[in-house]
Amino acid sequence: MKELRLMKGNEAIAEAAIRAGVDGYFGYPITPQSEVLEYLMSEQPEKRTGMVVLQAESEVAAINMVYGGAATGKKVMTSSSSPGISLKQEGITYIAGAELPCLIVNVVRGGPGLGTIQPAQSDYFQSVKGGGHGDYKLIVLAPSSVQEMYDFVDLAFTLAFKYRNPALILSDGAIGQMMEKVEISDQKPRWTNEEIIKMSPWATTGKTPDRPHNIITSLDLDPSKQEKFNHKLQAKYKEIEKNEVRFEEIQTKDAEYLFVAYGTSSRICQKSIQMARAKGIKVGLLRPITLFPFPSKRLFELSKQVKGILTVEMSAGQMVEDVKLAVKCSIPVEHYGRMGGIIPSPAEVLTALEQKIL
Amino acid sequence: MAEKITTNDIVKEENLVFRKTPLFIDKPLSYCPGCGHGVAHRLVLETIEEMGIQSETIGVAPVGCSVLAYEFMDIDMQQAAHGRAPALATAIKRLHPEKFVFTYQGDGDLAAIGTAETIHACNRGENITIIFINNGIYGMTGGQMAPTTLPGMKSSTSPYGRDIKTMGNPLKITELVAQLPGTYYVTRQAVHTPGAVRKAKKAIRMAFENQKLNKGVSFVEIVSNCNSGWKMEPVQANEWMVENMFPFFPLGDIKVPAEQK
Repeated sequence: MKELRLMKGNEAIAEAAIRAGVDGYFGYPITPQSEVLEYLMSEQPEKRTGMVVLQAESEVAAINMVYGGAATGKKVMTSSSSPGISLKQEGITYIAGAELPCLIVNVVRGGPGLGTIQPAQSDYFQSVKGGGHGDYKLIVLAPSSVQEMYDFVDLAFTLAFKYRNPALILSDGAIGQMMEKVEISDQKPRWTNEEIIKMSPWATTGKTPDRPHNIITSLDLDPSKQEKFNHKLQAKYKEIEKNEVRFEEIQTKDAEYLFVAYGTSSRICQKSIQMARAKGIKVGLLRPITLFPFPSKRLFELSKQVKGILTVEMSAGQMVEDVKLAVKCSIPVEHYGRMGGIIPSPAEVLTALEQKIL
Repeated sequence: MAEKITTNDIVKEENLVFRKTPLFIDKPLSYCPGCGHGVAHRLVLETIEEMGIQSETIGVAPVGCSVLAYEFMDIDMQQAAHGRAPALATAIKRLHPEKFVFTYQGDGDLAAIGTAETIHACNRGENITIIFINNGIYGMTGGQMAPTTLPGMKSSTSPYGRDIKTMGNPLKITELVAQLPGTYYVTRQAVHTPGAVRKAKKAIRMAFENQKLNKGVSFVEIVSNCNSGWKMEPVQANEWMVENMFPFFPLGDIKVPAEQK
């Protein structure tokens, strides 16, 4: 029988990192995700697995530490919340440009600016459309429970190393702070240096006589080479779109209407579905688990079945644009959202469905 | 027909007084003729060769003229975002404590945009070597004012000379980091004469050897020229450096470990 623990979402991220055999965590305190760094510091993972944990002088330094560590083939990560993630964008685009695998966790709070410390989903655009400068994508996973916070750490590293691409867990303050039951996985051993050299021959591990020196850079001043590299990146993103789409469907089989929501909003929609069905409204839910790649294909299929879609987001409506693109404007797509750290209630979501879609 | 005489026929073990280290990749440097970067690169690479640590060394290149340092150094290298090299080096060394880790940075990179990363890596006492090339100007972007541009010195963004009332003072970051408990060895050198080159080489060697002791940052500033940015002939630039840069940035050790004095 697997070990069960009652944990905060942020603590689950931290414990999952140790158990996944992560080599290094570099962070900086910010509400509502500080428990990740606090948990790691109190657990002393250097004694458990040899994992390095360091509190950096800024989010900028932390993400650049991730760059340095990832470039040596190690499993490294950072976490932060919205204003801190904005600071990290410079490092993230360099990491994407240098094709380095790593994990970034964003426990989103309301913005813009310093905004609020309450949960929000207003960093969707930043997460899935790039965020920093240049044409790049992150692999974006959206957990909706503390268990998924835990499970997606290992999954994110698997995908990041499979594609040599940074992965992002896009959570929010509610999932980061709430406590739920978590099934704890067995301890994975950290990779040995020999395993790293075999698995990631590109890594800067020290030039040996058997190979040319390894260089990790995002710079190429020759436009034709830089364009070729950009094409290579785009081909990689196409491959990710082909292979890695993940989503969950709830009561879509007979659905006449559809909610599309991820993370905290998707849980509220589940309650709204019960209330709607009690009134005879056949509504289902598509919950994207990967926000990039987005489940566009499945949404297009469902647009042939349902009469209308309501996206529910704790934002002014960001993912709704991708839903509209996915269904090619064939059916009505509307957005309902709350902002500033307010979580919508199941009743108001149902009202929005009735008023905007039915 | 006479056989062609090759370099190998002339240069024999017994008369070899100098050779280029094989760690210096054989391709034309991207630096201007007369620039000090080439010599500084050579000293770093000779040190790594002499210590026999090529396979144990990981370097970090900056943004600026030496952004392409990795093109010339036959060692594993990473290229950092502007100013962030000490953050990269921190993680590399923490994750690979057995490796030799160094950054190679210019003044704009290390003393302006990367001030926070520089000071905090030095203050934490990361067991790394920092090679800091100070030529008082942004060379790569075309000669703009740097954090180390001297008072009154002309640059493309201080065309009438640096006015410290409106443009602020030049930053003596090397003296500043020497105050921090995390720095173990801090020195300022130059590479404009054979004598200076020998002293700089000794300093760089010590800065790498110190990593075996795990006592904190070894920081070597090299005051250098930028004849293109300063709009001077190479010889004139070196003379100007001696007359103007050295009085403001005096050469010599600033912090030497007690046991190595």
